[in-house]
Amino acid sequence: MRTLDEKETTQVFEKLFKFTGNNLKNIVESPSHEGPDPDPGRYCFRLCKNRVYYASESLVRRATNIGRHNLASLGTCVGKFTKGGSFHLTVQALGILAANAKHKVWLKPTSEMSFLYGNHVLKGGLGRITENINPGDGVVVFSMSDVPLGFGISQRSTQDCRKLDPNGLVVLHQADIGEYLRMEDEL
Amino acid sequence: MAACCRSMGAPALNTKKKGAKPPHKKKLKNDLFAEKRSKKDDIPDESDDQGEDVEEHEESEVEEDQSGDSGSEVSSDGDDPLADDFLQGSGDEDKASSLDEHSDSGSDSDESDIEQKSRAIDEERARIEEEAGAEMQLNIKEESDEFRLPTKEELEEEAHRPPDLPNMQRRIREIVRVLSNFKALKQEGTTRKDYVEQLKRDLASYYGYNDFLIGALMEMFPPVELMELIEAFEKPRPICLRTNTLKTRRRDLADVLINRGVNLDPLSKWSKVGLVVYDSQVPIGATPEYMAGFYMLQSASSFLPVMALAPQEKERVVDMAAAPGGKTTYIAALMKNSGVVFANEMKAPRLKSLTANLHRMGVTNTIVSNYDGKELPRILGVNSVDRVLLDAPCSGTGVISKDESVKTSKSLEDIQKCAFLQKQLLLAAIDMVDANSKSGGYIVYSTCSIMIPENEAVIDYALRRRDVKLVPCGLDFGRPGFIRFREHRFHPSLEKTRRFYPHVHNMDGFFVAKLKKMSNSKPTSVPAEPSETVEQVLGPEEDSSIKDTVEEPQNQTEAAENHGVVENGHVNNKKRKSPSSSKKIKGKWPSRDEMSRTREKRTKRKFPSREEISKMREEKRETWRKMNAANKKRGK
Repeated sequence: MRTLDEKETTQVFEKLFKFTGNNLKNIVESPSHEGPDPDPGRYCFRLCKNRVYYASESLVRRATNIGRHNLASLGTCVGKFTKGGSFHLTVQALGILAANAKHKVWLKPTSEMSFLYGNHVLKGGLGRITENINPGDGVVVFSMSDVPLGFGISQRSTQDCRKLDPNGLVVLHQADIGEYLRMEDEL
Repeated sequence: MAACCRSMGAPALNTKKKGAKPPHKKKLKNDLFAEKRSKKDDIPDESDDQGEDVEEHEESEVEEDQSGDSGSEVSSDGDDPLADDFLQGSGDEDKASSLDEHSDSGSDSDESDIEQKSRAIDEERARIEEEAGAEMQLNIKEESDEFRLPTKEELEEEAHRPPDLPNMQRRIREIVRVLSNFKALKQEGTTRKDYVEQLKRDLASYYGYNDFLIGALMEMFPPVELMELIEAFEKPRPICLRTNTLKTRRRDLADVLINRGVNLDPLSKWSKVGLVVYDSQVPIGATPEYMAGFYMLQSASSFLPVMALAPQEKERVVDMAAAPGGKTTYIAALMKNSGVVFANEMKAPRLKSLTANLHRMGVTNTIVSNYDGKELPRILGVNSVDRVLLDAPCSGTGVISKDESVKTSKSLEDIQKCAFLQKQLLLAAIDMVDANSKSGGYIVYSTCSIMIPENEAVIDYALRRRDVKLVPCGLDFGRPGFIRFREHRFHPSLEKTRRFYPHVHNMDGFFVAKLKKMSNSKPTSVPAEPSETVEQVLGPEEDSSIKDTVEEPQNQTEAAENHGVVENGHVNNKKRKSPSSSKKIKGKWPSRDEMSRTREKRTKRKFPSREEISKMREEKRETWRKMNAANKKRGK
């Protein structure tokens, strides 16, 4: 387990920024009550076996005892680095993304299951959408009862969405909670 | 018999017989029915009065001998004997008409004929009644008479035939009945042992158990309860789920699931987060709520060890055998994501499901490691955590309803191997806990097995080896554990452990024990309390105890600095030897051969004399003083 170097840190923060915007400082600076110490520590990112974990400092300190080959997980996994060196967010980051998301999309109940199977979000399934979304922004997908379902990249701005025909692509699927059942091994 | 009964009488007789005659040979019923039908066809064709009468007489004779039920089937609903005449076909009508004709034409001969007929009918009726009465007597006698054990020849014969299940089931029930009131109901010249042996054989072949397991169960339970247990093992327990309190509340979750079409109820009054699912229109393990981490599918018995552990916020907790993560996520939920949880799992393939569950349920305070549980004290440090949960790998005899293969695959060696591993793991767990922790110092040991060597014997071993004591689990609704069982005598505080059974509590067989660590020291010698089953070879035992005293001060100081202690490994090695030698003797049901083989190694335990005891105590005090002095120097 090691800290991220400069390049890796920029990659991770870039990806996170797409989804959270200025709320990124919430992620980095929020006090954490994990760990048995009475004062809240801070969160930090660590890299272990090409996966980036987001955990509080007290947790990280206690995990130093565990060998590299024996540590399987630490706090929350936010994503992993591919062999080519690029960073992808995984569905396990949904917790922190949903709490700090700037752009949100709510799905109608009928198209929930379709998204959970890995399909993209079409205009016909759109219930609500936040304003000021630009193409290429990170968007967190919720159900109408405010349960986070996953996240993706928006393909259209909010204005364009209004004019779109029902089969038009609105959000490109990146990760969803159905992956816990479909792709448990690859997480 | 040639004084034939006429067909008109026969149906009436049939209906009478229906009540009296026991249903014997139904096999021939179908043939008879076919036969009867063909005869019915013949009847209208036959013009010869006598001929038909004789035929029908034969029919009815055949019928009398065979099942009475066929008679009822021929008679429509059997209520109306006259209806039978109709069914018997136009033959009767023809006969009647022909008879009428005859009677119209010839008078005297026919009248006497009719008289003869009625007399014959009466005789027949009387005869049938007598026979039926006799048979009834015979049947009643058979049932209320002593149940007779099958002899050797009968058993051999049975072994050759394919298994006769209804017969076996009847025999099982009979034997259980006899055993419950043995003096009154036993057969002359048979002992209780014969009945028990026969019951064992029947249960093993009827339900599919191997000899060892059925023998083990028979020793633990009286016959009636044994039957209940075995029946309960055949049926699955209801599916339960646990609300994830990190994300939702039970009431809200229940509403959402009911909207989706799931039929559920709160689990019991002892759980505030459990729900039991009766049936569901949607797959309960694939709802969006499941994927969002609102609940976890978990059996009801798995709630119990975590409830007993009762982790508090901001504690350090270790779960030594964590996969697939149901208990770990419950622990984190109870701690509200504060403190730190070390989840350990030895088998790498199971790690994936553990991490996936942790992330799905939104648990953020967990570190997942892949170690052998016995190494954990070395990695995490001795005396370093507040609570430990050890849900030990076991033989799985309590969850037979989930996994039928356990019935045939477990033997004495499996149980002993499991017990050995569990003892080591429990000692490691105890070593990890800090006795001086402010809010903790507890270890919970649980298994999903009902076997004594894996449960009470392991706890008893730990009580003798470490400075721990049993405390109440907080689960009042289980059965207390065994304090003594056959030749074993356990520490009396073992009645604070809890056992759960499928036929009593409607959950999987389970055992939970909660220990509190009193101090961080390890006893340097095996205590001198007489323990009737502890027949250990004194040689290696003494060596290990001496080595303990030598290494004790080193261990204490090193622990104070919170380093991994390598000596522990050595100590564990020594301790490993003695359990293995006592292993052979402490096995629950060794056969005669095994007993004689191990008899050479068995030496009667010699209690140390008074002088030796006081010497050992002096030695202990010396080392304690030395250690204290050393600690004071270092400025603990």
